Amino acid sequence: MSADEVLIVRTGTANLASVCAGLRRAGATPRLTESPNDVAVAERVVLPGVGAFGAAMARLTDKGLDRVLAERIAAGRPTLAVCLGLQLLCDESEETPGVRGLGLVAGCITRFSTAVRVPQLGWNLVAADDRAPLLHNPGYAYFANSYKLDAAPTGWTAAYADHGGRFVAALERGTVLACQFHPELSGPWGLELLRRWLDATQPRRTGGAAC
Amino acid sequence: MLTVRVIPCLDVRDGRVVKGVRFSGLRDAGSPPERAAAYEAQGADELVLLDVSATPEGRAHQTETTRRVREQLSIPLTVGGGVRTRDDARALLEAGADKVAVNTAAVRTPDLIDRLATEFGCQCTVLALDAARTPAGNWEVVVLSGRQRTGRDAIAWAGEATRRGAGEILLTSWDRDGTRAGYDVDLIAAVAGAVCVPVIASGGAAGPEHLLAALRAGADAVLAASIFHDRDMTVGAVKDYLAERGIQVRR
Repeated sequence: MSADEVLIVRTGTANLASVCAGLRRAGATPRLTESPNDVAVAERVVLPGVGAFGAAMARLTDKGLDRVLAERIAAGRPTLAVCLGLQLLCDESEETPGVRGLGLVAGCITRFSTAVRVPQLGWNLVAADDRAPLLHNPGYAYFANSYKLDAAPTGWTAAYADHGGRFVAALERGTVLACQFHPELSGPWGLELLRRWLDATQPRRTGGAAC
Repeated sequence: MLTVRVIPCLDVRDGRVVKGVRFSGLRDAGSPPERAAAYEAQGADELVLLDVSATPEGRAHQTETTRRVREQLSIPLTVGGGVRTRDDARALLEAGADKVAVNTAAVRTPDLIDRLATEFGCQCTVLALDAARTPAGNWEVVVLSGRQRTGRDAIAWAGEATRRGAGEILLTSWDRDGTRAGYDVDLIAAVAGAVCVPVIASGGAAGPEHLLAALRAGADAVLAASIFHDRDMTVGAVKDYLAERGIQVRR
């Protein structure tokens, strides 16, 4: 395994080409997997996701990926969740009532207000506490979502944006980063964020292990 | 708050960007990855890649073009032109499209929209709606690159498509497209008022004042081709113009 390698969880029909291209631009070597064992042992994991909450959870559960993902995130191991990936970390979603999420982030995902365009498709200003280790600098990020988390639970540092009201644009805790936006589609600002996460999660290179 | 989006459109035929697609002779306007990278550098918020190849052989370049553009691009990419089935859409998404636009096939088989939205999500499913004014003053849907009028009311079709799961409408005025007379702002206002999903205005823009008018009429995004291909203005200059007039743009 190369020190640049990042494992991407194949969550069904998600468009993985953009995530892979974004990670390559940021200097990583992405590799796709749907093996729970790979996800359990990998240094760095990306949980992408588009589509519906229920369908994505069903797929993770079918493949036995739900438990290993929950374990590595609970243990604070380097993991990046993107878009629906953030929502899957929560308890549940209005999108698919009755389906349990991974339960790592206390909260329920709700739909945007009817006063704004849904889905939210476009660039929105993301701002966090300037002491946030990864999310400190504000900038425009690209969103493509109809559902959102309203507030960050204790223990997570959040960045917020506004679409008919404030919502969670991203969460971080140690080397676990969850973005409601798509960093891989967010131009130079997104690329910088990917690089910061990769730098923060760079496995220590062992002597002479050139790759 | 969301910013408005300025979206250059690349019309691609047989793997090359072309200009003057719907009117007088085609002219080559460069390679898709080169144009895409240039527009991103200018500040484009998103790109649309429309395949206008006349033949299946020409269209065979579409996934390869999508792949090459994706490698260049760190902004969203919508791909359309000749998408008839879920498999067509899947191939484009796997090649690196973030959204897929359906047009003629969706008019003929509206259920295609439901199938795409169910499998890929409504945020991936764009309805490309080509509309033309009727003598009665309404708009009707036209298909096959404007060659066939359908008699179907464009506003009603926009509503039905969003109920079926289309997450965005790429709205082209077929009367204005290529005329450089400005967007059909009445059409934009009518569709934007009838649906709750974002609306991209297209067809007829020749200057930044046309983009401003479309946004004031209710468009969430503005698409243009010739302004940018002919190098009349850069995307950045257009955004400066809009920002000076109180429109929120990403810069």
